[in-house]
Amino acid sequence: MKNKKENSTLLQIKDLKIEGFSDERWHKIIKGVNLELKRGEVLGLIGESGAGKSTLGLAAMGYTQPGCRITGGQINFDGVDLTKRTDSEKRKYWGNRMTYVAQSAAASFNPAHRLINQTTESTIRAGLKKQNEAFDEARALYDALNLPNPETIGERYPHQVSGGQLQRIMTAMAMSPNPDLIVFDEPTTALDVTTQVEVLAAMRDIVKTYGTAAIYITHDLSVVAQMADRIKVLRYGEEVEEAMTRKMLKSPKEDYTKSLWSVRSIQKPEKKSKDIILEVKNIDAFYGSFHVLKNINIKLPLGRTVALVGESGSGKSTVARVITGLLEPKIGSVKFKNRELPPSLKGRTKDQLQKIQMIYQMADVAMNPKQTVYDIISRPASFFAGLTGANLRKRVIELLEQIDLDESFIDRYPSELSGGQKQRICIARALAANPEVVICDEVTSALDQIVQEGILKLLGRLQKDLNLSYIFITHDIATVKAISDEVVVMNEGQVVEQGLKSEIFSPPHPEYTELLLSSVPEMDPDWLTDLLKARNY
Amino acid sequence: MLPGDFGQAILGQAALPETVAAFRQELGLDKPAYIRYFDWALGAIQGDLGTSFSGRNASGADRSAEVVDKIAPRLWNTLFLASMAALIAVPLSLILGILTALYRNSFFDRSVNTATLTTISFPEFFVAYILILFFASLNQIFPSLANVDPDTNFGERIYRTALPAFTLTLVIVAHMMRMTRAAIINLLASPYIQMAKLSGASQTEIILKHALPNAWAPIATVIAFNLAYLVVGVVVVEVVFVYPGVGQLMVDAVRTRDIPVVQGCALIFAVTYILLNLIADIIGIVTNPRLLHPK
Repeated sequence: MKNKKENSTLLQIKDLKIEGFSDERWHKIIKGVNLELKRGEVLGLIGESGAGKSTLGLAAMGYTQPGCRITGGQINFDGVDLTKRTDSEKRKYWGNRMTYVAQSAAASFNPAHRLINQTTESTIRAGLKKQNEAFDEARALYDALNLPNPETIGERYPHQVSGGQLQRIMTAMAMSPNPDLIVFDEPTTALDVTTQVEVLAAMRDIVKTYGTAAIYITHDLSVVAQMADRIKVLRYGEEVEEAMTRKMLKSPKEDYTKSLWSVRSIQKPEKKSKDIILEVKNIDAFYGSFHVLKNINIKLPLGRTVALVGESGSGKSTVARVITGLLEPKIGSVKFKNRELPPSLKGRTKDQLQKIQMIYQMADVAMNPKQTVYDIISRPASFFAGLTGANLRKRVIELLEQIDLDESFIDRYPSELSGGQKQRICIARALAANPEVVICDEVTSALDQIVQEGILKLLGRLQKDLNLSYIFITHDIATVKAISDEVVVMNEGQVVEQGLKSEIFSPPHPEYTELLLSSVPEMDPDWLTDLLKARNY
Repeated sequence: MLPGDFGQAILGQAALPETVAAFRQELGLDKPAYIRYFDWALGAIQGDLGTSFSGRNASGADRSAEVVDKIAPRLWNTLFLASMAALIAVPLSLILGILTALYRNSFFDRSVNTATLTTISFPEFFVAYILILFFASLNQIFPSLANVDPDTNFGERIYRTALPAFTLTLVIVAHMMRMTRAAIINLLASPYIQMAKLSGASQTEIILKHALPNAWAPIATVIAFNLAYLVVGVVVVEVVFVYPGVGQLMVDAVRTRDIPVVQGCALIFAVTYILLNLIADIIGIVTNPRLLHPK
């Protein structure tokens, strides 16, 4: 029988080593980590991508991904060393005494089955409950997780509910067998901030109610601050430090831990400017019959940064598509230096094209993997400026220096670069055209905090040196604070408000801005509790 | 374009041009091509595929048959053989596909892949003769000739068509089995498969319950493609086993320039193709909740 005694150790990982196979050899992913988890306790695992936090989280369940192997150490779960068990023995634990909540709920639900069947699948398989009993309890869990129509939502298929709802249903799935341990692997990373609040609250409540132990994996300190009793920081597969949440937030010991805060510490003083370089006037745009943009007006001052903030689906990226001419608006116009631009890309002159450049979120897919850095950067330089031969090469090297890389990168392929370096190359490619306006579409969203900081600082410096004007599209409020002069808040295809950063961030706010700003998690461990109180949940 | 016409073919090289012209007029071959086409199409819509040219001769005697009557018994034979081959091949390739996906990269997987690739790599007639050699000549288990007629009873029919059916099976199994295997393995990298593993599902359960339901659309398309082949592309096998199917009929009709029969066969092949692909598309929709249950 399950031993539910409080404060007894549930999970103990000793000197765990895991290797992964890639590029024809084994690499160390986890290099001897110790971890202890008591019953009912929530441990936060935090670190950047590649820190091995997901690998460690899965290892806590005795699971290694295909291509990985455990090379040493122990995983003691309730007195049983999982490293010595076969898969079929471990299957008796999985989906029964230990469950998993994945990052992308949309991809982690089987599209072919109804949600309630998936929610209860492992419970019924393990023989813990009969089908109707399990279904009833799943509906009760849906209700406890504040899902709409808890009686019927389980009859739906995954594609019929929203991302936030799916994430909560996945939590219900994890709770269904009433496990001893849940591993949450970045469960809210893919969600919008306003949705994230609800999901976090629901998960925290249910874990507390059932007294389940949990490992909460994330790269976001402010999120883990709300969820965890204790935090462990990982880097390159090794532990950096571990402490109780409040202590860790107040006085992190290691420099690395402190640097995880860094992006939040950049604060750019805002500057006004009267010269308007780009103006978006009364834009209405459609995708087929879908009305995406409704009467959008945005002004971009010369040499300044306007941040476009909003949640997914608010129409931010569509504004960029209209400005660059990729999408022809139905009504309205885009003015560059007081001259109206032709609405479509085809109608624009080379000169007009040159002045407005774009940088994308996914540097990976924005570059041709079969081209070298030289090919990628030299193409706009030769196309717009007509450079050739030695001059072109000189220009490429100059551009590389501008983005803090050197000549040695010139013959590399994108696959030989890190995420931050790739994004720098994309910046150099935009600069190669000698633009005056650069549209940055979520350029830091896919990057780790420390790399983000580097990119933001670089963009700031380039703005000063080259007098560039930025439209900076993002959903991250910390990034907005770090880079913008002015802010435009968008929701459902409309501009909620536009103004100087200081005006937007100080009350009173329109209702939506209030909701958006208050939903951004803060480092304070009491933030979520206070917020929920204030919102009367 | 096909040179010559039925008139020329039946009357021979020595015929007087006037005779040929008169015969053509009688057959309606003197009218322009588009008028003949619309006449035929109009008839075909109403279920009348016209009258075969063969059976007529220059002397005016007319023992010709309706195209429908010529094709119907042949079509029945072809469908019988196709069904037999399909009944063996489809379940076999699905089972092999699932098993090879389950035990992928094992010895079993490799041997099945090698064996099916071998049989698909040989020309059909070669496979047919090899089967005849082993099952009809060296060991007299099945007859080497599949000559059936309308009076042959059902059991006898199965017995006589066994070898052609096996031949066809060997030719089409590889394609379907490898598609089943690939469609399933392709899905095994999906996050929801890892999720299923972490909820304690066994390998068999993962393949049958989590991967296969999402793999039906590509599998159904390939099965439809191969079933269509069983109806429209089996002329070589029919010739080897002297089996009176539609394929042979069409080849004969082309040789004698019996265009109404050729058109009738072509129409049947086209209908088969479209119907089977339609069924595959319907299966693709029915097995995809995204299409079956819109938001």
